[in-house]
Amino acid sequence: MAERRLILLALVLVGASAAFLLWNLRGPTGFILGLRATKLAALLLVGCAVGMATVLFQTVAQNRLLTPGIVGFDALFVTLQTALVLGLGGLGVAQLPPLATFLAEVALLVVAAQVLFGLLLRRGAGDLIRMILTGVILGVMLRGLAGLMQRLLDPSEFAVVQQAMFASFGAVDRGLLAIAAALLGVAALAALRLAPRLDVAGLGRVRARTLGLDHDRVVNQSLMLVSVLVAVSTALVGPVTFLGLIAASLGHAMMQTYRHAVLLPAAGMTGALFLVAGQFLFERVLGMQSTLAVLIEFLGGLLFLALILKRKGRT
Amino acid sequence: MIEIDDVSLRVRDTGILHGIAAQVPRDGITALIGPNGAGKSSLLHLCAGLTTPSAGRIVLDGEDVHRMAHRDRARRIAVLTQAQALTSRLTVKDLVSFGRWPHHQGRPRDEDRQIVEEALRLFDLLGLAPRQVETLSGGQKARAFTAMAWAQSTPWLFLDEPLAALDPRFARDLMAQLHVMSRPGPEARGVLIVVHDLNAAALWADHVLALKDGGVFAAGPAAEVMTPPRLSTLFDTGFGVVETKRGRLVYPE
Repeated sequence: MAERRLILLALVLVGASAAFLLWNLRGPTGFILGLRATKLAALLLVGCAVGMATVLFQTVAQNRLLTPGIVGFDALFVTLQTALVLGLGGLGVAQLPPLATFLAEVALLVVAAQVLFGLLLRRGAGDLIRMILTGVILGVMLRGLAGLMQRLLDPSEFAVVQQAMFASFGAVDRGLLAIAAALLGVAALAALRLAPRLDVAGLGRVRARTLGLDHDRVVNQSLMLVSVLVAVSTALVGPVTFLGLIAASLGHAMMQTYRHAVLLPAAGMTGALFLVAGQFLFERVLGMQSTLAVLIEFLGGLLFLALILKRKGRT
Repeated sequence: MIEIDDVSLRVRDTGILHGIAAQVPRDGITALIGPNGAGKSSLLHLCAGLTTPSAGRIVLDGEDVHRMAHRDRARRIAVLTQAQALTSRLTVKDLVSFGRWPHHQGRPRDEDRQIVEEALRLFDLLGLAPRQVETLSGGQKARAFTAMAWAQSTPWLFLDEPLAALDPRFARDLMAQLHVMSRPGPEARGVLIVVHDLNAAALWADHVLALKDGGVFAAGPAAEVMTPPRLSTLFDTGFGVVETKRGRLVYPE
């Protein structure tokens, strides 16, 4: 049953991708198709990576509200970007070789994410309030630090930082896209291999251990994969805080299963579908150039509030 | 047999258990009794390898529990904990099927499916099999989790207050099943159970390990430990006893 829904979701995603590529296609066809294909690839990669990362994160955190973004990952990215612009200047950042910058950013974000998630999840993961509060406070501290650094910037340099604060799918380097695809592909396959063990981990640490699962090892492996997935996608296009929450929540709601072999691809495809359909609607149908990320933050924020209020009503 | 060898447990600066030395025989039901905070659940978790002792060691059938590989331990010991919360969306059948995980690691065979069906039947869960666990009552959940532990098919079964949410009929049925499966024989399972219902311990347990203030207060055959003077000292309140044709019943005076 869940598999059938997964196939249906895949078909809808293929349809949305075809519409994105071919809708109102005018000459020069090859050139426009190339541009659209690059953008589509970025949307698909980022949607899949963020959706899968969030399901992994929620399973090891034993909480359906948390996303890497909510516990401070995006604030970390903005702080790093601001520090980079402050250190090297707007022009210096623009002159950096894209490949080296991308790889350095990915490496730095993976390390930083490992520290952040390790701090939050490896110790006292059972204490949810402590975990959320620590994440939120770290986020506030990092944003405060970024804000302080932004005040020291020239207006032109500040504009560079501001561009990095929201995800942008417009101008993605094709070379970087190929590298990102390879990295994300490997991480996604590793996550799928981990799926049966994640099903057991979803029962909670104590119960999983009574069933013979090396729970701490699965948590470490999952957090490593989350770090790679969110670091690569964030370094590629920028932060999309709430996309993961939307993708994971819809994935769970549509599939109605505990099996990560279904949930991971479902959340990935939902994330991708949300981005592709959203961008299609914005660009092609409404003819707007507004940033899709802003809308995602808005809708995701509403969903987050709705989920919190639903939980409050239940208890 | 489980040999608990001078085991102590400290959590932060608080001593939970000190110098516990006891044996749990392989045959029969061993009940862990004692007042609140005596350390019963802590000792059960230590014996299951879920927590590490601050001192001492626990040897199960000749092997240190805390040195066993995770999977090996899960094939020897099934544990029913008090926690019933789940974040995964599971049917009762899914939950019970997880009991077979240590044996198939995600690739169930026909034998695993048969044992799951048997567990559902044994715990009167066939009608509830397709229901979501979150929609069950506390007692039904308790039965589902117990069936999952049973399906693990381990030589040892540890249960932490399994009777707490059960109505009298299911409580009796569970104890009767534990009694049958723990009788001496090639298929016998050793049962270690934390109970607050002293009559369940008096009627069904073969051995009793009584804890008080983190230490062993008394240990031995149930008839020797479950006496009014010992229970009165253990719980700091008077106890009476009634002999019935089903066995001995105790009551606080």
